[in-house]
Amino acid sequence: METKNIMIVGVGGQGSLLASKLLGQLLLDAGYDVKVSEVHGMSQRGGSVVTYVRYGSSVASPIIDEGEADYIVSFELLEAARWLPYLKKDGQIVTNIQQVDPMPVITGAMEYPEHLVEKMKAAGAKVDALDCLSLAEKAGSAKAVNIVLMGRLSHYFDLPEEAWQKAMERIVPQKFLAMNKIAFDLGKNA
Amino acid sequence: MKQLMLGNKAVARGLYEAGCCFVSSYPGTPSTEITEEAVKYDEIYCEWAPNEKVAMEAAFGASLAGRRSFCAMKHVGLNVAADPLYTMSYTGVSGGVVIGVADDPGMHSSQNEQDSRHHAIASKIPMLSPSDSAEALAFTKIAYEISEKFDTPVLLQMCTRVSHSQSIVETGERVVPERIKYEKNAAKYVMMPAFAKKRHPVIEQRTKDLAAWAETASVNRVEMGGTDLGIITSSTSYQYVKEVFGNSVSILKLGMVNPLPDQLIRDFASKVKQVAVVEEMDPIIENHVKELGIEVTGKDILPMVGEFSQNLIAKAFGKAGDTGASVDAEIPMRPPVMCAGCPHRGLFYTLHKNKCTVMGDIGCYTLGAAAPLSAMDMTLCMGASVSSIHGFLKAGEEENAKHTVAVIGDSTFVHSGMTGLANIAYNMSNATVIILDNSITGMTGHQQNPTTGYNIKGDPAGKIDLEALCRAMGINRIRVVDPYDLAACDKAVKEELAAEEPSVIISRRPCALLKYVKHNPPLRVNKEKCIGCKSCMKIGCPAIAIKDGKAHVDDTLCVGCGVCEQMCPVDAFEHTGKED
Repeated sequence: METKNIMIVGVGGQGSLLASKLLGQLLLDAGYDVKVSEVHGMSQRGGSVVTYVRYGSSVASPIIDEGEADYIVSFELLEAARWLPYLKKDGQIVTNIQQVDPMPVITGAMEYPEHLVEKMKAAGAKVDALDCLSLAEKAGSAKAVNIVLMGRLSHYFDLPEEAWQKAMERIVPQKFLAMNKIAFDLGKNA
Repeated sequence: MKQLMLGNKAVARGLYEAGCCFVSSYPGTPSTEITEEAVKYDEIYCEWAPNEKVAMEAAFGASLAGRRSFCAMKHVGLNVAADPLYTMSYTGVSGGVVIGVADDPGMHSSQNEQDSRHHAIASKIPMLSPSDSAEALAFTKIAYEISEKFDTPVLLQMCTRVSHSQSIVETGERVVPERIKYEKNAAKYVMMPAFAKKRHPVIEQRTKDLAAWAETASVNRVEMGGTDLGIITSSTSYQYVKEVFGNSVSILKLGMVNPLPDQLIRDFASKVKQVAVVEEMDPIIENHVKELGIEVTGKDILPMVGEFSQNLIAKAFGKAGDTGASVDAEIPMRPPVMCAGCPHRGLFYTLHKNKCTVMGDIGCYTLGAAAPLSAMDMTLCMGASVSSIHGFLKAGEEENAKHTVAVIGDSTFVHSGMTGLANIAYNMSNATVIILDNSITGMTGHQQNPTTGYNIKGDPAGKIDLEALCRAMGINRIRVVDPYDLAACDKAVKEELAAEEPSVIISRRPCALLKYVKHNPPLRVNKEKCIGCKSCMKIGCPAIAIKDGKAHVDDTLCVGCGVCEQMCPVDAFEHTGKED
């Protein structure tokens, strides 16, 4: 099988690590070769962060290059737009509509661009945008945004529901499991 | 069992399986998790050392005591440890010694892009370079075999993409070699000239023996494919080459990058029409291949700067790389910033306000160089703030002492700032040194250090008293300020700059991200009072923005530090009382 590419993008500190861990476990259990590449260190301090998840019968490079991503999963709207050049033609974006102002916007040097979902669509991307924060809060915690996104992403995967559930059981701490299962369903059915 | 494992964690697993008993490291991205994962094995003694030189010498001592030992550091850390490194090459080892060094091509989290293979060559120490997690685990174990078989320390070269990528590994059992009984052997371990002169020829012979071993070692392998092009590569570059070319080219994959196997290279070159070398950073393999008289392409088409990727290599070899679409909008940059509630903010605002010349150092606080604080003039390496302010004051205009400070974190001060302070006290410059004591090693992700009172496991440990230490070095003016108190910071900086003798200001407050730090309720802006003057924007807090002409606090980010409140001329910030 040809290698498939998922990029998880967001703002340092938003908790994309759990999402990539979940995807890694899911795809490993499904029998694929998997590589996950993370960012640590300086850029984690509120900077733009990206995690690459690649799977297939045999994966070589740990990173995803421009025009290669089958999916971009974004925790923040501007970050989805920033990483758009990495999306394959016909690729799918799954994004939270939450906006986190970067420093140039905070200081007033630049504006947060408007109508980004429409602009990404105009650039040829398929965009699935949802309010993950509200859904996560509905599930019981703002921190479940990552699982809401995973629930939404599961839509596009040809994997049985049980596989996702099993991966969640292995990755999510027991005491948060019930809440995260609700978050997953809310994302999936949004 | 097959599992996904981070490259650094795979090294730690390799240490466990190889029976390593002693690990001493100094944290540094991208090497840090090796030691953080190793400490999870109760069988391995692990510690954070004050710096890389101490770590390596401690590992040397553990080797003398007959155990397999390890130390990890980032590429620039190896410079700090270069002194023991070059002579440990001469002494060799008792128990095996492996030195993990993680390069950072692309400078994700570093001040330079140096290639540690130069150190391996110059110190005449063998170096293995894995290309994924499975190799990271396997090479760590092989490194110990090489170390003991050839009586040498062995360098294990990681890089950001190998350290911080997860790939599939299969784990094995731990086997601990018996402790080698310590026996006095001055001719081998006392490197005074008479003995060192006898050791040097041994080391030259060892390099020849290692090169001969490398000819047939499993860490170097040939993957024959198409013969129009043969690519010699190593580390993560190998993965990009496989991604681009698959089996359409032949590949000589070098797991050992020092010394290089001449005959293997010659044989490989003879089987292909054209030879290329694909390596990040410097043309080390390429120059070696050229010295063998083989025509080769490499840095003529590939950059010396930055990381490689599959597209970069495809394009260099004339293949079309993928491209994507962009949105029709200007996307603002999102640089890393000091966190909301960061204790460094108040102090750096004070330096900005007083128009100080600031000798900077390595840590989270290097972010103080960015706008709007813009309070840094120089950052070189660990400890350089304290050493260089001395030269700046001695050689510069007399006026400089009235506006120049050095800033350095608690961990960095113990790492290599103390010696600079000794120089200030001894050679008497009128320096003002500010120790930014946030009670943790911050940038690398919260490691304990000798000033925190806790060890790597979080257990109580010895604690250096910074005030007493500075006093003992001969500094008479030492004062502690709370960086959340802008008036106190301003007073301290003004007074110590005015003083006619060296002084140390300790800006003390724990990192706001530490779990035990209790946050205050977030502040709120009274829109009636706010006049939109943007005074609060001068501190660059990510929790404050201007919305509709008025200041606005993001209550999910604000930790209630109150620094913004002190900036406001009209008392528009109010305490909400909403719990954290």
